[in-house]
Amino acid sequence: MKLSSRQAFWYAAFLLIFTAIAAYTVANKTWWFPPLASVQGGEIDNLFMITLVITGIVFIAVHIVLAYFVWRYRGQADRKAAYVTHNTPFEISAAATVAVALVILVGGGTTLWTKIQSPPPADAFTVEVWAEQFRWTFHYPGADGRMGNVDVRFISDDNPYGLDPNDPYAKDDIFATEMHVPYGKPIAVILRSKDVLHSFFLPHFRMKMDVVPGMKTRMWFTPTQAGVFEIPCAELCGVGHYIMRGVLTVESPEQFNEWISQQTPVGMSQ
Amino acid sequence: MATAEPAAQTHHHEPQSFWTKYVFSQDHKVIAMQYMITALIMGFIGMVMSWIFRIQLAWPDHNLPFMRFLMPTNMESGTLQTPGYYMLVTMHGTIMIFFLLTAILTGGFGNFLIPLQVGARDMAFPFLNMLSYWFYFLSCVVITVSLFVSTGAASAGWTSYPPLSALAKATPGSGLGQDLWLIAIALFIVASTMGSLNYVTTALNMRTKGMTLMRMPLTVWGIVVAAVLGLFAFPALFAGAVLLLLDRHLGTSFFLPHLVLGGEHIVRNGGSPLLWQHLFWFLGHPEVYILILPAMGITSEILSNGARKPIFGYKVMVGSLVAIAFLSFIVWGHHMFVSGMNPWLGFAFVITTLIIAIPSAIKTFNWLGTLWKGNIRFTTPMLYAIGFISTFVTGGLTGIFLGNSALDIPLHDTYFVVAHFHVVMGLSSVFGIFGGIYYWFPKMTGKMMSERWGKVHFWLTFIGSYGVFWTMHYLGFMGMPRRYFNYESFQFLPPSMHALQIIITISALVVGAAQLIFVVNFLYSWLRGPKAPDNPWQATTLEWQAPTPPPHGNWGEHLPEVHRWPYDYSVPGASADFVPQTVPVEVEPSGEHHRRAVAVNGHTNGHSNGHHA
Repeated sequence: MKLSSRQAFWYAAFLLIFTAIAAYTVANKTWWFPPLASVQGGEIDNLFMITLVITGIVFIAVHIVLAYFVWRYRGQADRKAAYVTHNTPFEISAAATVAVALVILVGGGTTLWTKIQSPPPADAFTVEVWAEQFRWTFHYPGADGRMGNVDVRFISDDNPYGLDPNDPYAKDDIFATEMHVPYGKPIAVILRSKDVLHSFFLPHFRMKMDVVPGMKTRMWFTPTQAGVFEIPCAELCGVGHYIMRGVLTVESPEQFNEWISQQTPVGMSQ
Repeated sequence: MATAEPAAQTHHHEPQSFWTKYVFSQDHKVIAMQYMITALIMGFIGMVMSWIFRIQLAWPDHNLPFMRFLMPTNMESGTLQTPGYYMLVTMHGTIMIFFLLTAILTGGFGNFLIPLQVGARDMAFPFLNMLSYWFYFLSCVVITVSLFVSTGAASAGWTSYPPLSALAKATPGSGLGQDLWLIAIALFIVASTMGSLNYVTTALNMRTKGMTLMRMPLTVWGIVVAAVLGLFAFPALFAGAVLLLLDRHLGTSFFLPHLVLGGEHIVRNGGSPLLWQHLFWFLGHPEVYILILPAMGITSEILSNGARKPIFGYKVMVGSLVAIAFLSFIVWGHHMFVSGMNPWLGFAFVITTLIIAIPSAIKTFNWLGTLWKGNIRFTTPMLYAIGFISTFVTGGLTGIFLGNSALDIPLHDTYFVVAHFHVVMGLSSVFGIFGGIYYWFPKMTGKMMSERWGKVHFWLTFIGSYGVFWTMHYLGFMGMPRRYFNYESFQFLPPSMHALQIIITISALVVGAAQLIFVVNFLYSWLRGPKAPDNPWQATTLEWQAPTPPPHGNWGEHLPEVHRWPYDYSVPGASADFVPQTVPVEVEPSGEHHRRAVAVNGHTNGHSNGHHA
């Protein structure tokens, strides 16, 4: 049974080494999330950490027990296994423990989900987004302060963003290739796609929402810092998926006003 | 449930010609080998695909001139082109999920084990069984042919979300390649349905005398429950495939609204891409349990045998299999938390999804309980079975993050998801499959596989796989989206991600090399391996009582009779540490009847062994 001991030793050793490396690199945050930039993202990160602690304990405990059993109960010629078929009290208490942990996670998760999915606050600053293969375009109201209607049916060579020709508010709207928002307000985003599925992903804000042709989808978040952030597309949208990059600049209201005043309205005035 | 043997079945006509014996065979064992070998070949193709796109991800400036022979259109210059990359990731997923894992677990193991483990002479419908394989074979041919069409194979991801998969102009692979993908999947579903009908019917109606349902090995339970899942879930995808073909060619609007693609209006009305996602995941989620439940069954079987101990909590194991299967039908929306689906639906899906953790945790405790106080033999099958516990726990725990909708928001469609499903559903079922192949190879072929090379194969696979998939979690934390050809356009990813990409690719190539060892071991052992005894693992279940390899009709003159449950290992007072199911209780004691008394007291029968932990 020498071979058995050697196998048991290495098996147990591997399980423990793997667990140690995994636990260390995660606890040390060696490779971690991008710097946080939103209120909602902070709450998501908190729930993430709670989940990480609970699942981390289970992960480490199971691997230590597994390694111990592999070593302790390695086969020996002079020994016979115990005849134990089940243990109902153990099963019930184990299941109950898991259930309690899940109640905590489900409670935290659904509460946070409700907050994030509720309508944005009334003072939110709204940006509309057109997604298409393979770029983002950002839609702002013009001097009238009202966003014009858009619809994919109105799109033509002269009207690339599908503004409603009968909507008076559409006449001075602004379309930009970059997204700028004023710091200090919640930001609401309304998403539309011209062609296929896309997904509007803000890694620093921990936000993501698919963009679906034929539908309007929404998200909102509250930035906690100014800066320039990238917007990758997170839903496979074709061969250019990996270069579909947008840029979000969160800046002071003054800087934002200056930026928007430099944008040329492309509305229906032509 | 004793079934009187129909007279016609006692004298099975043994097929005589080469064609009826090896090609159009109706013998479940031959069909099992056909399924298994075809699936392994498909899996090999799927694995080679992963090498190529992993090389692209680690070394985007690679130059492999010899590759133009393998991929003339997409690697002409020796460097992988973008359309080729998307084709490879799509086909890798499709082939691995359907054509390898589903096919080998139900078609391969299901076919071989169900009749042998329940004591039947063959499947209930041998002709249907043959037809099932040939439909599967046809679907493999169609999907393989699709790799060579001029516009390329399907490249909208293995989930084939429309509109990308609905409009030829949307992406290169959305031409003939996508049609062939849909046709192949439809054929596969036909094959799977015919097979599943057989597996369920055989297990319910053809059990030998004494083989009650609660005496069936957990392998049979796992496969049969998976077959039931397939019967209920696959029709949704079949319907989806037909509707998508209509959208593609007849101008219908099931999945398409009015849209503008490349400046051109595509005039459709009222369809929604979300409908496809619902249909796809209504299959897609049960599908991952179609893969994991048989692997759980196989693992339970091997753990009990290797630990020389009854499986811990047999009834609870059966109950949790059924519970997981039921729940799998009401969780599909957790793939769609940020899809645009009404967010309030997310509540229900969070709750049902996280409930799955309870039966899954119970199973894990029971596997650990099986090892507890065992006398573990480190055979190659046992190495895989123990590895399964590790991968199932690792991958299952990350599911608790993704199943909670709020946490899914940042993690969805990143490498965290790729890591999660590869560990919990890919690796775990592959470990079940490898464990199962090493375990039943002697009965299938009459030869033993090399244990030494089996162990080398295991260690490279186990360590390498964690090198690949554990590492991917870090990329997920960083927010790295999946299905990117390269990451050069983005600065938010730290430079250290390149090092991780290289670790993953090198690990993947090591795992790949290890599979070559497996192939050689498999083929060499089949041809030249030492002759296998009837019961090399000293196991209790029925198949080990059959001759090796079992002849047509399996059991010779008389069907076996079952006298006990399948896990009488180390029974106190028995002459050996295993008692086959066919041994009457008058000859050897059984734990089946007093197992409750033993367990409630929480300790073991004192004179059975001198060991106390």
